[in-house]
Amino acid sequence: MSDAILNQAYDVQRVREDFPVLSRSVHARKGKPGKPLVYLDSGASAQKPRQVIQAMTRFMEEDYSNIHRGVHFLSQTATDQFEAVRTKVARFLNAPSDRCIVFTRSSTEAINLVAASYGRTFLNEGDEVILSIMEHHANIVPWQLLQAEKKIVIKVVPCDEDGVLDMDAYKDLLSDRTKLVAITHCSNVLGTVTPAKAIAALAHERGVPVLFDGSQAVVHGRVDVQEIDADFYVFTAHKLYGPTGLGVLYGKYELLKRMPPYQGGGDMIESVSFEGTTFKAPPSRFEAGTPPITEVIGLGAAIDYVEALGREAIAAHEHDLLQYATQQLSQVDGLRIVGTAPGKGPILSFALEGIHPHDVGTIVDQYGVAVRVGRHCAEPLAERFGVGPTVRASFGLYNTREEADALVESLLAVKEFFGA
Amino acid sequence: MMDDLRELYQEVILDHGKHPRNFRHPDESNREAKGENPMCGDRFMVYLTVKDGLVEDVAFQGRGCAISTASASMMTELVRGKTAAEAERLFHAFHELCTQDEPDIPEGVDDETMEKLMVMSGVRQFPVRVKCATLAWHAMNAALHGEAAASSDQY
Repeated sequence: MSDAILNQAYDVQRVREDFPVLSRSVHARKGKPGKPLVYLDSGASAQKPRQVIQAMTRFMEEDYSNIHRGVHFLSQTATDQFEAVRTKVARFLNAPSDRCIVFTRSSTEAINLVAASYGRTFLNEGDEVILSIMEHHANIVPWQLLQAEKKIVIKVVPCDEDGVLDMDAYKDLLSDRTKLVAITHCSNVLGTVTPAKAIAALAHERGVPVLFDGSQAVVHGRVDVQEIDADFYVFTAHKLYGPTGLGVLYGKYELLKRMPPYQGGGDMIESVSFEGTTFKAPPSRFEAGTPPITEVIGLGAAIDYVEALGREAIAAHEHDLLQYATQQLSQVDGLRIVGTAPGKGPILSFALEGIHPHDVGTIVDQYGVAVRVGRHCAEPLAERFGVGPTVRASFGLYNTREEADALVESLLAVKEFFGA
Repeated sequence: MMDDLRELYQEVILDHGKHPRNFRHPDESNREAKGENPMCGDRFMVYLTVKDGLVEDVAFQGRGCAISTASASMMTELVRGKTAAEAERLFHAFHELCTQDEPDIPEGVDDETMEKLMVMSGVRQFPVRVKCATLAWHAMNAALHGEAAASSDQY
């Protein structure tokens, strides 16, 4: 099906009605109406459709209980619904089994889990972990903590001026000392989608496992962990139109079962005594304590929602928005877009000559336009492009071309304000 | 709403933001401290030349937004020539001004200085920008106390 046909079928106005917050205005004052909200910060966190909100509310009103524990009716009901979402997540990623799906607090915690459990067990002094220049701090700092503890060595794959990952450099960095590769599947600043399958294949030639940070990637396209042959894949619910407080770690089962627990507590043990405790098999082994039960139900609803709209249809809509917004922004004098890789996701970071992003953010906010400003938790990347902090507009399934226009108009107002 | 913006970005602030005063690293300085806002990456070094309890020179370097740069620039002009005690009082006065609707101004800060500081008070309507306005002031205060950096959760 061509993009054009998909786009005709995609009724963004109808989609917007599913998101209650999108109809609000901001900065209303006594007697003065506010400005319609133009939410271009979905890369930081996406808004929630009524379907997710209602699923969580219904669950708490009707079926809520702790899981995996009680013999009573509600506990069984809640457990069944919770575990059904695990199966749904496995299908969403095309994982071979729901036993490969671990629920965590966030993408950040999922990466920390791998660094702490796999890293501490299998990495030793002098072993190398390969990251990329595009990583979010969540995929840098856990490895630095491991570096401090185990004296591992961190190697960094650079990118070119467009933000394309330098695969030749990556090949050169791979060596007998490489013990793990951890790379983003889609940059939260540049939008660059990395060639996950090729990255994994090259690492696997040397028997090296690969972790992908899919926090942005799962939102903007279909991800098949078996096709790319990921060893670990992480994402977070709140960027996928689901609730906060919930992340997902996919891991190949043969890796997960060799890994020791990350945290100790209830629900992850087979038996506990003061002489010794035995642990459950994955994924339970990595899910100590009561998990975010209602949030898991919310993630299930979020996955249903994006699948009902159609992931290809969403991707086509977002691609159209990206192209349109790129074109419109390019006409603003003194605006430099950072990240121009082919096939990138709908994320536009840019700098306005002579005007600090923080000032840009404050002023466009008065026009109702919500963007992220700063270094987007990717400080090394900001240094790489020599622009320091930037403004980031990130588009989601509910954004429109009119909102891209509103961004451009507000930027022209910023320039006028500063006489630039 | 645009009035709030005009209030925040007054002409004098835009001017100091574009043409910061005392933007240099003095050879003579004997106290310095770093101020850093991890949220946006703004980073300033503030240099003081303190002799016999008198702040003879104040200068700064670094990068930041219009608000933080203007505030740093104005700070250098207002603090120079003050005693260390007066400079600290000014810091507290400024902090009050940026954060409180009814600021409790310490005694001994003269009206003319307060009038100049008042230019920055528009930041009160923009709570997330208060850290920008106070960044260099915290660094100045840290330098006065012989500390190398203002801790980032102070701002």
